[in-house]
Parts: sequence; C-alpha cells; structure tokens
Amino acid sequence: MTSPATIRIVLPHHLRTLANVDGEVALAVAAPVTRSAILDALEDRYPMLCGTIRDHVTRERRPKLRFYANEEDITHESPDLPLPAAICSGAKPLLIVGAISGG
Amino acid sequence: MPGVRILVGTKKGAFILTADGKRKKWTVSGPHFAGWEIYHLKGSTVDPNRIYASQTSSWFGQIIQRSDDGGRTWHQPGSAGDPGPVSDGNGMPKGASNKFVYDTSAETGKPLTTHQWYDGTQHPWEFARVWHLEPSLSDADTVYAGVEDAALFRTTDGGQSWHELAGLRGHESGPRWQPGAGGMCLHTIVLDAGNPDRIFVAISAAGAFRSEDGGKTWRPINQGLHSQYIPDPNAEVGHCVHRIAIHPTRPNVLFMQKHWDVMRSDDSGDSWHEVSGNLPSDFGFPIAVHAHEPETIYVVPIQSDSLHYPPEGKLRVYRSRSGGNEWEALTKGLPQKDCYVNILRDAMAVDTLEPCGIYFGTTGGQVYASADDGDSWTAIVRDLPAVLSVETQVLP
Repeated sequence: MTSPATIRIVLPHHLRTLANVDGEVALAVAAPVTRSAILDALEDRYPMLCGTIRDHVTRERRPKLRFYANEEDITHESPDLPLPAAICSGAKPLLIVGAISGG
Repeated sequence: MPGVRILVGTKKGAFILTADGKRKKWTVSGPHFAGWEIYHLKGSTVDPNRIYASQTSSWFGQIIQRSDDGGRTWHQPGSAGDPGPVSDGNGMPKGASNKFVYDTSAETGKPLTTHQWYDGTQHPWEFARVWHLEPSLSDADTVYAGVEDAALFRTTDGGQSWHELAGLRGHESGPRWQPGAGGMCLHTIVLDAGNPDRIFVAISAAGAFRSEDGGKTWRPINQGLHSQYIPDPNAEVGHCVHRIAIHPTRPNVLFMQKHWDVMRSDDSGDSWHEVSGNLPSDFGFPIAVHAHEPETIYVVPIQSDSLHYPPEGKLRVYRSRSGGNEWEALTKGLPQKDCYVNILRDAMAVDTLEPCGIYFGTTGGQVYASADDGDSWTAIVRDLPAVLSVETQVLP
C-alpha cells in the first residue's frame, strides 16, 4: 500500500480568505489521485468550503469555476479520472480558478 | 446611555456603524467579508451580540456567517473555529451551515416542484442565495431564511443546519409564481411578537403569504392587490410585493410597498386597500413603521419600474402620520437635485430610541440617518459600495 501523496492546491482569493489560509494548500490524498478525491480531502480539511466549489448534493462544479492541472484545462474532464503525474507527485499544484470579474 | 448599532450589507462587504444614543458621532467598522455580496445582516433581539449574515457570490455560492460578540469576530456555524460539532456523523457535509437544499423528502417535502419562468414555461426551483435572515423573537438559535428561488428555510441550532419549511413552496399556487427582474426571491419575513405561530412572508413575484402554524401551511393574502401586468384583477398570486412592515403592538395591521402602490391591510392581510394618496410616485421598495407611533409610516418614492431613481432627482422620504393617504416630504439634509440613487427593499430600518431613529442606505453608498422621526437627515457614510440592506440594534 502506497502512502498518500501530498497534493498542492491553489485556491481563488476569496476561498483562501474563507478557509483562513495563506498561499497554497497542501493535502494528503490517497491514490488514485483524482479531482474528486482532492476536493473530498479539501472539504474534509476545510469544511467551510463545502458548497463553494461544487454543489452540496449533485457534486457538480459551480459554473464560474475552472480547474487547471499541469497547464492544461481539465474543467470538462471527468472528475474521477486520475490526474497528471506532476499533480500526483506534488511537483505542480492543481489550480482552481474563478471566472474573470469585469466591470 | 444606550447605543445604536447599524448593520449594513453592501455589494462588497458588510459594515457596522455604531453611535451612542445621541446618534451624532458614528464609528464605522468594515468591510467585513470584503469583496462578497452581503445581502442581509440581522441581530437577535434575544441576544444582541448574536448577529447572522448572508454572504453570497455567484462564483462560490452561499455562506452563512455568525457573530457572537456583536460583529467583532465571525465564524461559520458548525465549521472550523466554531465550538459546535463539525460533522453530522455521516461523514458529510461538514459545511452544512452553507447547505440550503430544497426538501424533497416523502415525509415533509414534495418532488422538486416547478415555477413559472420569465417566458411562461415551467422551470425547476434552483437555489441561488439567501436574501433575508430573520432571527426568532424568542430564541437566538432559531432563524428564518428567505431564499431565491423562493422558499423559506429555518435553523434551530444557531445556523449549523438549515431545513426548508416546504409547505410554502409546495403550495398549490407554486407553479404560477414567477421571478421578477431580480430573481424569484423570498425577501420579507415578518414575525408576530404576540403569536409565535404566525409568520408573514413576501415573494417577488408571487405575493404575500401567511402561516398560522409556525410555517407548516400557508395561504396567499393578496386580495385587493392589483397589478397591471396580471390580466386577472383578482389573481391569487403573481403580485410583485416589494416589502411588508408591521408595528409589533398591532400585528393585524400590515403596510406594503408593492411594485406600484402603497397598500394597507387591517385584517392580517385578508384584504388590502391602497393608501398611496398624494405620493409623487407610488413605486418604491422599502416601507417602515415608526417604533412608537403605529400609524406613522415611511416610504421612499422612486420614479418608476423603468427608472429606478427618485422623481425629479430629489431624494425624499415620505412620512404619513395617518397610516397612509396623507404624506409629507422629508427633505432636510437629503440631496434635492441631481440625485439618481435607488433605495432597495431591505435598506430601511428604524431604531427604538426616543425620538425614533430612521435609517436608509442607497445604491450610491450613502447611509442616511435621522434621529428626530425623519424631520432631518445626515449621511453617516457617503462612499460605501451599493447598499443592499440596513438593520438596527439598540444596545443597553
């Protein structure tokens, strides 16, 4: 059995404030490392984020958020697919990005 | 000397304004929850240090915040930092204070119903945000939440978990409710201090409803309302009620600012009659009742539903000391030219000091206060983000 990997996550500004964290978040996530597994671990560690990234019930991504992994947009890929090795090893962070605010 | 605390929700955070009973010198704290829309904050009358706030974002959804120390510090009930339990025992959701899910259970709810969409087709209920929080008059841990799409939720554990009072949304008229331009929101909750089983709510654009059993069952109370956009003059629902206010000593007398028309009911909403009288426009959003004079009411006329600003560019509060029909303009201290702000439905409140204090916030970021029943006004602050809500607390 492999020990959980330490995954890095970059949250949008307002979610960092909400979770009371500075900079990146680092979480232990057991393999297979998927977007769902990372969000499960994130919400487990920071319960105030429940419902802010994905719906409480349907677990669907909130419409104005996107996910980037290893410089690729994975927003529309299945949340249950294994993520790139660079994310799984912690070499690169999973980016959770809010839509640009205009005005 | 008692003090006053004004809770201001804006498009970009919450602000708390405090003063002593003279209400001359104000201290401003904030922004709290900077950058988030704060639709409403309201304190408990049972415990004035207990304040609830609705923090929302179209990016990140709904957050409920709670303060137990008068707004100095805040936390999400049931989440990290709160002394209460952080899990419901089932593994999820821990962040249940943010969870507003329509009741579809066989016992108390119904299958997720539909309402009328803008184009007349049916549309499923979709939760967007909490518009209004109304703390119970007898228990600081019990709060009602009015949400978009229109429904009423309640917490009895200080905001840790929320449950829909599904009888309202499940009313047989539900499929005929429709959204206004601002969404289909339950924005007004009025509790009867003398009868804990009686609740009034208002929904845009469905109308007003009353429950006599603590929110279990509801009946529409819209007879006498007339709306140009509804062909049926006796339509049970579909009215765009903007605000309802009562005086706590006369809970059977209701005052309403409708989309157009200022209305009055003397029979708990069973029937309404118009009291717009000599107002320059009877379109508007807020309505408030004087704390010590049940027949003295306040509105802020707005030009029209197409022009959301004061008539003639003059910001005027209108006061009636006769429960409607005869109105006088209150202008001292308010801009009387080139003023094109709006005053939203939840952005006017009174305090219970003597003389009565009246407060309102504008979409231009001003919060105006009167410490003399409305005779004269001063701006406490002038440059906040657009004001969404104003509430008051009188402190010992």
